[in-house]
Amino acid sequence: MLAKRIIPCLDVKDGRVVKGVNFQNLTDAGDPVENAKFYDDEGADELVFLDVTASHEKRKIILDVVGRTADDVFMPLTVGGGIKGLDDIRDLLNAGCDKVSINTTAVHDPFFIKKASERFGSQCIVVAVDAKRVRPDMTYEPEEPWFSDPFLREVRLVVPSNGGLVWAISTHGGRKMRFIDAVKWAKKMEDLGAGEILLTSMDRDGTRDGYDIDLTRAIAEAVTIPVVASGGVGTLEHLREGLVEGKADAALAASIFHYREYSITQAKEYLRERGVPVRL
Amino acid sequence: MIAVIDYGMGNLRSVEKAFLKVGYDVRVTSRPEDVQKADGVVLPGVGAFRDCMKELSDLGMTDAVVKAIIEGKPYLGICLGLQVLFSESEEFGRCRGLDIFRGRVVRFELEDRALKIPQMGWNQVSLKRQCPLFRDIPDNSYFYFVHSFYVAPDDEAVVAGTTEYGVPFTSAVWKDNIYAVQFHPEKSQALGLRLLKNFGDIVAQVKK
Repeated sequence: MLAKRIIPCLDVKDGRVVKGVNFQNLTDAGDPVENAKFYDDEGADELVFLDVTASHEKRKIILDVVGRTADDVFMPLTVGGGIKGLDDIRDLLNAGCDKVSINTTAVHDPFFIKKASERFGSQCIVVAVDAKRVRPDMTYEPEEPWFSDPFLREVRLVVPSNGGLVWAISTHGGRKMRFIDAVKWAKKMEDLGAGEILLTSMDRDGTRDGYDIDLTRAIAEAVTIPVVASGGVGTLEHLREGLVEGKADAALAASIFHYREYSITQAKEYLRERGVPVRL
Repeated sequence: MIAVIDYGMGNLRSVEKAFLKVGYDVRVTSRPEDVQKADGVVLPGVGAFRDCMKELSDLGMTDAVVKAIIEGKPYLGICLGLQVLFSESEEFGRCRGLDIFRGRVVRFELEDRALKIPQMGWNQVSLKRQCPLFRDIPDNSYFYFVHSFYVAPDDEAVVAGTTEYGVPFTSAVWKDNIYAVQFHPEKSQALGLRLLKNFGDIVAQVKK
């Protein structure tokens, strides 16, 4: 039986892990490779590096990080952040990463996902869907130029008049709202060749209040490709909720693992005791 | 020397590094001569069946691979490297494979909407018989899978392991010197490395 995946995420800036760096047991706690090895030993099912490097000149550093990780850690590795062209994907795959996660570039040019999946295969193209609940007072970026394409226009947001539950896409770390319906967008990305959806609730991200379960379930039921839930995990129960009630195929978390509140093994034991299939 | 065939479709760094980790040096190559000289052959695979067959044929690799197999050199197919051993695939219209084994490559058609395609993640391999490739690997161990197609062999006797994903499917085959798995040992942590070491050991033994 296919196991539900537990995926720790590391935020990497200029080649260093951004969050707290005062751990024992690691020779160099700010080194992404050391952290990757730690999670590998703990039995993580995959690993995600989120590259938050701002400057373009320093973007090559992540390739070195990926290369050094892949030399020593033999599990699936995804890199997200700053992917602008097919060359960026090729460089990352050649460095040893297995999947790339794309958000902003897909929003600017949805057909980029088609080009990328045709060139490299759907299995390595993950679309990062950063979604927020629509509120009446929200302000949006100008409508996307590609709304003129009838095939793509289907994803245009329809704000419900009766206060119904709808999510819109955001970019730039949640700062910019797009006039795009998150559920329809996820489906469209699947149609264009995405192999997986990395779904983050920008309302919950960093809150430790748990995943947005309504959002997770809405997207997991809309697409036939795997969905990774992300954003808001503060307890092990949150992982279970995302996988069971949210119907996600994998649960991603950063802080609870990074600050060693729980080990990956503890998380999996918790899930197994509650009947969730995991690899232990 | 073990030749890892590079047909330009994907990243072979992980396969190379994984063999290195377990003490076996491999040569990543696109040259049929290297396959001819090799003691063992590894065909890893990502991408589409048709592209893989076309690239192999353009490189003059098809004959080299078949010849190596017929000569009795240990062969390890990974993912697509398993699928191309069969007669034909239904991926993007019909496409001929190497036809080493009779059978077809078919797409998951799952009734259960909760099961996603591709199958992506860790699943168990139930071993059907004692196979040297799985030496010291417990039955029902987890390996990492990423695929939408699987092989349906005509001859049940070649099946070495099966996996359950909506339907039971063949996840490992073994006949004589031919070993092939649907999952990615190079991404399957300790047990994946063990499997690659086992293949290295098989090659070393045959060489003696």
